[in-house]
Amino acid sequence: MSEKPLTSHIRADGVPLTLREYELKGGYQSVRKALAMTPQAVQAEVKSSNLRGRGGAGFNTGLKWSFVPLDAPKPKYLIANADEMEPGTFKDRLLLERAPHQLIEGMIVSAWALQADTAFVFLRWAYHTAAKAITTAIAEAYEAGYLGQNILGTGFNLEMHLHTGAGRYMCGEETALLNSLEGKRATPRAKPPFPQVSGLFGKPTIVNNVETLCCIPHIITHGAEWFQKLSLTGDAGTKIYGVSGKVRRPGLWELPMGTTLRELIEEHAGGMHDGLSFRGALPGGASTDFLVRDHLDVRMDYPSVAAAGSRLGTGTVIVLDDKTSVVGFVKNLIHFFAQESCGFCTPCREGLPWIEKILHALQSGDGRKDDIPLLELHTRLLGPGNTFCALAPGAMEPLQSALKYFREDFEVYIREHASREPITV
Amino acid sequence: MLTGEEILEIEKAIHVVPHRQAACIEALKIVQSRRRWISDDSLKDIASFLEMSPAELDSVATFYNLIFRKPVGRHIILVCDSITCWVMGYEKLHAYLQSKLGIRYGETTGDDRFTMLPNPCLGTCDCAPALMIDHDLYRNVTPEQLDEILDRYV
Repeated sequence: MSEKPLTSHIRADGVPLTLREYELKGGYQSVRKALAMTPQAVQAEVKSSNLRGRGGAGFNTGLKWSFVPLDAPKPKYLIANADEMEPGTFKDRLLLERAPHQLIEGMIVSAWALQADTAFVFLRWAYHTAAKAITTAIAEAYEAGYLGQNILGTGFNLEMHLHTGAGRYMCGEETALLNSLEGKRATPRAKPPFPQVSGLFGKPTIVNNVETLCCIPHIITHGAEWFQKLSLTGDAGTKIYGVSGKVRRPGLWELPMGTTLRELIEEHAGGMHDGLSFRGALPGGASTDFLVRDHLDVRMDYPSVAAAGSRLGTGTVIVLDDKTSVVGFVKNLIHFFAQESCGFCTPCREGLPWIEKILHALQSGDGRKDDIPLLELHTRLLGPGNTFCALAPGAMEPLQSALKYFREDFEVYIREHASREPITV
Repeated sequence: MLTGEEILEIEKAIHVVPHRQAACIEALKIVQSRRRWISDDSLKDIASFLEMSPAELDSVATFYNLIFRKPVGRHIILVCDSITCWVMGYEKLHAYLQSKLGIRYGETTGDDRFTMLPNPCLGTCDCAPALMIDHDLYRNVTPEQLDEILDRYV
């Protein structure tokens, strides 16, 4: 039997539960339980659950929390990163639109564990249905005494606000998000200092992904050990996996962590469209390396996907079929990253448009012999350590892996125009 | 001049942050929701209300793609141009809209009815291709449906 703690209470018609309905299904019990525990005990439970951040980085949530000084003066902030904008990623939309109280419950428990007194939900502009659901749910939670002053008579205070963005992928980057919430351009900040010590308005701050926060109530209610057992592998919990592209039944499914890529694509997504075959997939959003046929039996957890040369990322798979142009696929991704670069550091701002131009040239029949080495040079120059944040290195992941697995698709463009003289760079 | 209503709403946004300038994106959105776009005059008024320089506010306003510093039409069409929508053929939707409305990305129809813009992933990839008109999300869109969809917006 597989349990689905994050989604089993969601109504089939997608209408979010009222607070009362949610309570009848066991909702908000973890708030009562957590407030009777010490913040340290709540943190310890989360840490030992081995919950890893579902926004893409996969950092241990309890460990991330432990860097917040518990005795720091207020204000301290907790932020739900609901700026879901990674191409191919649509999992948090489900949790935001259909289970808003679960997020709020997770945020109250997390805020208690961190002794935060102010919480923000940073929601992307385009999620209007989610904005309505969250607004209603926050108002209900205030009404019921789960938010505001002296929560459930314990003396704990927590104010919660919804902030909707004004666009820009960069806002999903933790420190850029903080700048945006401060009313600035969403450019990343240098670390250290880390947000846990000096975050929003210079105060201790935790930013967690929506799905991560939604796991918290269940960990507190049922315990760390129970949470670990939900998984098929060493990484704990369930995961909301998704598949999009030319498969029969694209969608989202909450499944045990460690479900294989093959099961996602062949069973849950129903396999490929007629006449198409699977060529590869980005396992967790646009900024992950391709996996190919040989990887179909890879378990979709953090270490297994890493061992296969990619990242679990957001766990939402984008499928590449055999009739779709690889160069076109990668160009679309690079176009996105070039457009969304904040322009703050040079390799990213200049390198990404250059790559897009090279790919465009290939497609237009202007490819040159040294284009592939030039693309490979970029994957190194824009790789980890050379840019201010993870945007450009993320953009290089699909490119470098496409050059590795689908090199022939690039070479064919060049071969067809082999008469051209190579330029020296 | 900011209207009384705008000021009231901006004050509410200022209330949840420690200083006035921190509410500037919210203020831009509040004014834009009533005036469709942020003109130079609006920008100056908001800046002065938040006690910041117009240049400082403009640096923020021009960073965010959903703050419009040029006039836009009555309805905004956001065409998702990210990866899954590309795989699923969004380009046909874009081509149809471009020829039917006679506008390219960033342009507004002569009757001021529609402005068309590309938008990164709308987060509904299991129902690609997708587009948004104003606050309405359309999923699994085919070019054949577009006439009927556009007719809903006058």
